Amino acid sequence: MAARALGWLAVLALVAGLGAAFGYAPREAVQGNVQRIMYLHVPAVLTAYLAFALVFVGSVGYLLTRRAGWDRLALAAAEPGVLFTGITIASGSIWGKPTWGTWWTWDARLTSTAVLFLVYVGYLLLRGMVDEPDRRARASAVVGILGAANIPIVHFSVKWWRALHQPSTILGPEPSPIAAPIATTLLINWIAFTLLFAYLLAERMEIARLEDTHAG
Amino acid sequence: MSAYVRRAWMMVWKDVLTERRSKESLNALVFFSLLLLFVFQFALGPERARVEAALPGLLWLGFILSGLLAFGRTFLVERENDCWEGLVLTPGDKSAIYLGKLAGNVLVMIVVEVVLLVLFAVFFGLDFTPVLPALAAVLALGTLGLASVGTLFGAITAQMRARELLFPVLLLPAVVPVLLASVSATQTVLAGEPLADAAAWLKLLAAADLVYLVVGVLTFEFVLEG
Amino acid sequence: MIQAEHLRKTYGPTAVLDDVSLELGTGQGLTLLGPNGTGKTTLLRIVATLLRPTSGSLRVAGADALKEPEAVRGAIDMVGHGSWVYEDLSALENLRFWAVMGGHDAGEARLRAALEEVELDAWADRRARTFSAGMKRRLALARVLLGRARLLLLDEPFTGLDRAGRKWLGEFLLSFKARGGALVVATHSFDAGAGVADRVAILAGGRIVLDRPAAALGLEDLRRLYDELAMGPGTAS
Repeated sequence: MAARALGWLAVLALVAGLGAAFGYAPREAVQGNVQRIMYLHVPAVLTAYLAFALVFVGSVGYLLTRRAGWDRLALAAAEPGVLFTGITIASGSIWGKPTWGTWWTWDARLTSTAVLFLVYVGYLLLRGMVDEPDRRARASAVVGILGAANIPIVHFSVKWWRALHQPSTILGPEPSPIAAPIATTLLINWIAFTLLFAYLLAERMEIARLEDTHAG
Repeated sequence: MSAYVRRAWMMVWKDVLTERRSKESLNALVFFSLLLLFVFQFALGPERARVEAALPGLLWLGFILSGLLAFGRTFLVERENDCWEGLVLTPGDKSAIYLGKLAGNVLVMIVVEVVLLVLFAVFFGLDFTPVLPALAAVLALGTLGLASVGTLFGAITAQMRARELLFPVLLLPAVVPVLLASVSATQTVLAGEPLADAAAWLKLLAAADLVYLVVGVLTFEFVLEG
Repeated sequence: MIQAEHLRKTYGPTAVLDDVSLELGTGQGLTLLGPNGTGKTTLLRIVATLLRPTSGSLRVAGADALKEPEAVRGAIDMVGHGSWVYEDLSALENLRFWAVMGGHDAGEARLRAALEEVELDAWADRRARTFSAGMKRRLALARVLLGRARLLLLDEPFTGLDRAGRKWLGEFLLSFKARGGALVVATHSFDAGAGVADRVAILAGGRIVLDRPAAALGLEDLRRLYDELAMGPGTAS
């Protein structure tokens, strides 16, 4: 029932975040209202990183202890993680269309996030193809660990690669000093997303636990 | 020689012998490289300038495509001869098996890369000799990155039904940094610039190689079981 | 050598092993009887640490098989369905490979001596691709000879052997026991392994339904019991 409470809390926070994004935060001078999508985009990517950090934790935990609970943590974190990564990419793309006139640009962060998306979709595909629980857990744990270790490497390689071709475009909040209303709105939305993630994580873990008990 | 090194060496010896006698993989891979050359040319059109401009990318495209084939077959000989369980039951640190297989894969890639370079030189009238040492350094670091992840994921997908599909799906996103860094460094080298200009990329490659190797060595025993 | 308690192995809703408890002492031989597909191979692979049970506890060669599988692996060897033979290597090269991988002395004289014991010395330098199933099995046994296993697990080792081959294998196993090794022979044919086993256990429906010293059972009793327990009541011939 703690998960249910989390769910309601998340809904509340999301509503608050939405309100702040449209009501409280200022309208950006150059880009107009479309810039508000940043309040979706930035929290989404932060939550995705949290998710994949948990995938790493679950993966290591399983390999060290062989307790199924750790594997369930990894799975339950990976699914929302992919979802939030998808949201990050989609929102970045939607932002890009009116701003640069194109749906996609090989901007550093967008590209890194896309690579991240591919890595963890692969993770989920792998899980889908192995039936035996122990083998599935071990195989995906290794992929999850490498995926997480690769995140900083991907980040830097893409950033330098972009720097070769074009100066980096700013897809985030304005450089400091960040105005208080913007920072606050970001914070509210970030908390909302984290709560939503926590709710999804808890529910997914419970479903996985039930699936395991039923199967065993 | 410590037992660990002996076991790693044994894996290499066994793979080299098996390959030499069955002549299965290497011949086909080399021929595949030749075919790639033609495919690239036909895809890019007859203008030589286009190929030259795309050269670093084409080279690494060739290496990665060949690598997909080569690494995907990493434990094929164990599967075909029913020897996988035998490896699982060998006592001692399983990472010796990983390093042995990795060494074997690197050897295969070296052959493929040399062949591809020679073919490119012949077919497009290029001369790599002035930049050869620098190019070799980039190739070495990049190949190690590809092979370290390729060997690990090859082992993971070895026992799976859908390995031909899943292996590229897992490998390609994971080696994006290697691809970016290697192509950029190769571009610098082929333009005749000194290797030091690509120093940042080389350091990134070295760091990536180290991370991948460490993950491979630490996690291989969990992959090998069952 | 083996202390298995309440081993259970499930694949989804199917329980291949339901509640298996087994004990085997040092230097003892056990015949594990059961029709095909009843979990003999699964049980053997669990004991070999190739597979993890869904639940239950297992100690092999003095070590906890679930917590320290490596300790177990150093003390056992297995001759299973796959004979661990690289077809493109010669008999000698195969032995050298497995000897080094197992951390044993791989000196050529020792390898050839092992081949001689299994009567494969004439084929030492021939590629294993040309070997029959029986020869590959003998090569596997040569591999066992080079090791220091205290427990040998065999899965259907008599299959495909002619009368002379079965006799030879029986003698090999007896001499393995005489050197202090323990044995588990999994088979669906009850007169295979006769004479080698100190105990006989029948695996049916995922459980051990019989576990008696071999001396307490005449061959005919055993045949009758096996038919009844394994194939169902009323089928005894």
